[in-house]
Amino acid sequence: MDRSNKIYGITALFSKPETILNAAEKVSGSGYKKFDVNTPYPVHGMDSAMKLKRSFLGFVTLTFGFSGTAFILFFMWWTLSVSYKLVIGGKPFFPLPAFIPITFEFTVLLAAISTVFGMIAAFFNLPKNSHPLNETEYMRSVSHNKFGIVIEAADPLFDEVKLTQLLKELGAEKVEIVYWPEEEKFKIFEPKFITFLIIIAVLTSGTTYFSLNKLMYIVPFNWMDKQDKTIPQEKSDFFPDKFGMRTPVEGTVARGFMPYPFMGVDTPKVFLSDPLLPTKEVLKLGQRKFLTFCSPCHGNLGEGDGRLQGQFPNGPTFHSNAVINMSDGQIYHIITNGRNVMPSYASQITRRERWAIINYIRVLQRAENASAADIQAAKEEESDKDVQ
Amino acid sequence: MSNNFVYQKKELPSYIGKIGISLLIIGIILGVIGYIIEPARAAFSYLTSYIYLVSIGIGSLFLVALEYTAGATWSTPFRRIVEFLAATVPLLIILAVPLLFNLHDFFLWANKEVVVNDKILEGKTVYLNVPFLLIRLAFILVSWMIFYLVITKNSRKQDETGDQNLTTRNIKISTVFILWFAVSISIIAVDWVMSVEPHWFSTIFGAYYFAGTTWSALAALTLIVILLNENGYLADKIKKDHYYSLGTMLFAFTCFWGYMAVSQYLLIWYGDLPAETTWFIHRWHGAWSVLSIALIAGHFIVPFLALLSFPSKTDPKRLKFMSIWILVFHFIDVYWMIMPGMKLESGGYFFSWSDLVFPIAVVGLLMIVFNSMAKKHNLIPVRDPKLQRGFDFRL
Repeated sequence: MDRSNKIYGITALFSKPETILNAAEKVSGSGYKKFDVNTPYPVHGMDSAMKLKRSFLGFVTLTFGFSGTAFILFFMWWTLSVSYKLVIGGKPFFPLPAFIPITFEFTVLLAAISTVFGMIAAFFNLPKNSHPLNETEYMRSVSHNKFGIVIEAADPLFDEVKLTQLLKELGAEKVEIVYWPEEEKFKIFEPKFITFLIIIAVLTSGTTYFSLNKLMYIVPFNWMDKQDKTIPQEKSDFFPDKFGMRTPVEGTVARGFMPYPFMGVDTPKVFLSDPLLPTKEVLKLGQRKFLTFCSPCHGNLGEGDGRLQGQFPNGPTFHSNAVINMSDGQIYHIITNGRNVMPSYASQITRRERWAIINYIRVLQRAENASAADIQAAKEEESDKDVQ
Repeated sequence: MSNNFVYQKKELPSYIGKIGISLLIIGIILGVIGYIIEPARAAFSYLTSYIYLVSIGIGSLFLVALEYTAGATWSTPFRRIVEFLAATVPLLIILAVPLLFNLHDFFLWANKEVVVNDKILEGKTVYLNVPFLLIRLAFILVSWMIFYLVITKNSRKQDETGDQNLTTRNIKISTVFILWFAVSISIIAVDWVMSVEPHWFSTIFGAYYFAGTTWSALAALTLIVILLNENGYLADKIKKDHYYSLGTMLFAFTCFWGYMAVSQYLLIWYGDLPAETTWFIHRWHGAWSVLSIALIAGHFIVPFLALLSFPSKTDPKRLKFMSIWILVFHFIDVYWMIMPGMKLESGGYFFSWSDLVFPIAVVGLLMIVFNSMAKKHNLIPVRDPKLQRGFDFRL
């Protein structure tokens, strides 16, 4: 680095930590303000020897730390206790103990980040591209095995001759004057620089274009774009009508599906008959499905007094003679096919469940018109249960 | 390096011993009167004060061991003071004897007719039974005494011989002691504090008590160091850098206690299991809630804020005040841990003047022990190899 004639400061090297402490004390004692000490490791007691004031970095940490505490408490309170209340584990909406770890973490996080950035930006004056002490013998020594002190020419008391004598008296091994580096002028519109810039721009965009639009679609990286199968709605050259999608062969039946031959017929000539026995299990199933699907309109006991009264036309009662006299197959047809406003329930209720419901309807009908013998039998059963 | 330092021993003023003896006698007389009036109630007061004395005594020995193991130099000039405080450790054996007469009042599980009707307590009898409790207590107290005697003997021998191998030997012994200390302090905390409410359990309880133990021992150390140094007993070489380090340790253990207390509370609060929450529910109702809040404020928030700044850690006046504050609040902490679990024949907890009597005796005892030790031995480990570095310690 070329140096100008302008003095930056005077440097002195010492070989022992005690002498540098003494030197720092004397220099600061003589009233110099703009000076600094460089040592290869921290020397204890240097702060007081240099008469440094306590750094106010601690206040930055404190301020940001407590801001973190306040912010995160407010944040959690707002999100969990005001804006979107959630019950979590039966705790109150403002569960302070649960917030403590987060508050602690956030306080520490903000305090630490603010300390580091405050230190770098405000206290070290970084980023700094160059410093007059760079590339000097002095800097090489103090980062190796010597202790150095540098007094800047900007100090009002700066006097080259006096300082040299003072530092020599303090036991300096080497006293040297450091000059400001010659200011270098860089031309921005230099042809070489511009050419270089253009080459980089072309190279970067070219590579990006090639890798994103070409490289990605070269065989093993083609993202499985091409496959030997027909994708729905795709054109196919195999079939004469050029459609990739095909309709199933006539008469195909889906798995687990049994076709109903009278679908869409109002009153078929023949009806199916009930394949189930009215066991307890079947009746239980029928009751459950009845309450789920039938009772909203037909009522819990099939009396035509459903819960949807007024919002939807009521279904008829099941206790009219017309229904009582219907065959099981007729009711099955109505459930499967629908009638008047009642839609088809074929997709919601399975075949077995439909027959179970019919069994349950028969139970309801018998209960409504129970004979004296029926009541007697029910009572006996009840008392048997009590005895047990 | 110690050749440029000549130690002139300065006798402590005689009134310290006199005040100590009079405080101890007053404490003992009032304590005995209290015991005659309400034996079981006074026994609980005695237990609280005993646990408090354990805190300071064994906490001090832990600090001695910590200095050796960590290789700390800044605290070497006043290591003797912690050693003097740790001289209460052998006394703990004698002082444990009165406890043995009231085991049935302290511990629900020591009553056979209660245990028979209680499935939980019956399951715990493997650990919680009187003979095993006494074996544990005796073993721990005797082992502590042996460690105390060996470590301090080596330390004092060095005053005469200046043999550096004694430091090396003490480092090894201290390492073993710290391992044993971690186990034994937990056992003491579980046996004598936690099992007062035997249905409840907390796995972090030992660490919680340990935090308070070291905290109070540090506070006693800080208080005595500042008092002695201000009156020129410590060769005038202790500077604010040492104060700062003591303050930092106090601050650190304030945070550590807070951390432990929150950890213990948080898990129980989250789990919300009836078996675990009773302990805290008990302490969160009625007058106990006032003490609980006082503990959060006085044991954590106040010392945290008071010791946070640099000036307050270097100012002897503020440090002295905070040390006394800490010593008081550790007593409140011990009181808060033991007392709400009290179940006497006459019912649950009630306040008794005997709670205030035994702490007087504790203060008196500490003064007597310190005074008599200071008479016999040097206040500074004069030929310790780390001493000069300790004097030269700067931030």
